[in-house]
Amino acid sequence: MKVNGHLVELKKQQSLYEYLMEKNFKLTLIAVERNGEIVPKATYKEVLLEEEDTLEIVQFVGGG
Amino acid sequence: MKLTVNGNEMELACQSAFEVREQIGRQTDIVILNGFQIDKDCQLSENDVLSVIQKGVMPKEEELESMMMARHTPHVHKQLKEGRVAIAGLGGLGSNIAVMLARIGVGQLLLVDFDIVEPSNLNRQSYYIRHLGLPKTLALKEQLEEINPFITINTETIKITEENVKQLFSGYDIVCEAFDKPDQKSMLINTALEQLPAVKIVSASGMAGYESSNRIQTTRPMKRLYLCGDLETGARVGRGLMAPRVQICAGHQANMILRLLIGQEEI
Repeated sequence: MKVNGHLVELKKQQSLYEYLMEKNFKLTLIAVERNGEIVPKATYKEVLLEEEDTLEIVQFVGGG
Repeated sequence: MKLTVNGNEMELACQSAFEVREQIGRQTDIVILNGFQIDKDCQLSENDVLSVIQKGVMPKEEELESMMMARHTPHVHKQLKEGRVAIAGLGGLGSNIAVMLARIGVGQLLLVDFDIVEPSNLNRQSYYIRHLGLPKTLALKEQLEEINPFITINTETIKITEENVKQLFSGYDIVCEAFDKPDQKSMLINTALEQLPAVKIVSASGMAGYESSNRIQTTRPMKRLYLCGDLETGARVGRGLMAPRVQICAGHQANMILRLLIGQEEI
């Protein structure tokens, strides 16, 4: 699977939610695009990741 | 020869820019040819755009707008005039972006913020002492009207939530995310990308402190999301927000918005 431009090995079947938790992303601070479409936050637990997936994960920092 | 002079199309026999100045103005007037202020005479071509501006004199209202836009690259003015941009958050990013978009003549701006101007805003935000205590929407609108009276400025003094994003921003081609808090940035981007299928978002992340200017960049992590900043340097205890980097980032956002309005989708 491709995450933010890097190839990443998907070691086991897992949901997007599980992947994000494992990588310590803070759900309130991110937006995720999967294969060119925004993933609604309410569906993170239902989205099962696949090897062909391309993810873009943006985590915001404060300031403006 | 067909020329546009101070916003009016006209047929003139002149062959050079200074001949036009001789005909309609005086020798001390400045001459701007196709977006560039010239100090040596230039031959003219069909459809050239000229402004002949007398310094220190208030022009007639119908000539003022074309004179204000005289330094633009030619032919972008119409596209910008038709542009509709919403700015979410009127702090260090949003207030400065709004000023830039007004200066370039973006035709319709929506300014959204719930807050009032307070003293700690003045180190980086486009407000003045006289604005302290005023809603940011009104304090900013007042400035923009003085910069460019030829654009439409709408304001909403309201807190942006998941519930009102769709209603607030439908009808805008571009939403500029200019919040301070990262959870608010995330909320707006997720909600707008989910609920507004055509909107493009120009957002910012990472512009605190006084790290190198050159780390601030424009990226496009998603199809409809442009992101400006160094993506890392957040504001926190011990690392503040200061005018230079915040305005560099605001400049990135404003230029990306300008590019989108004239049809350039690449960063």
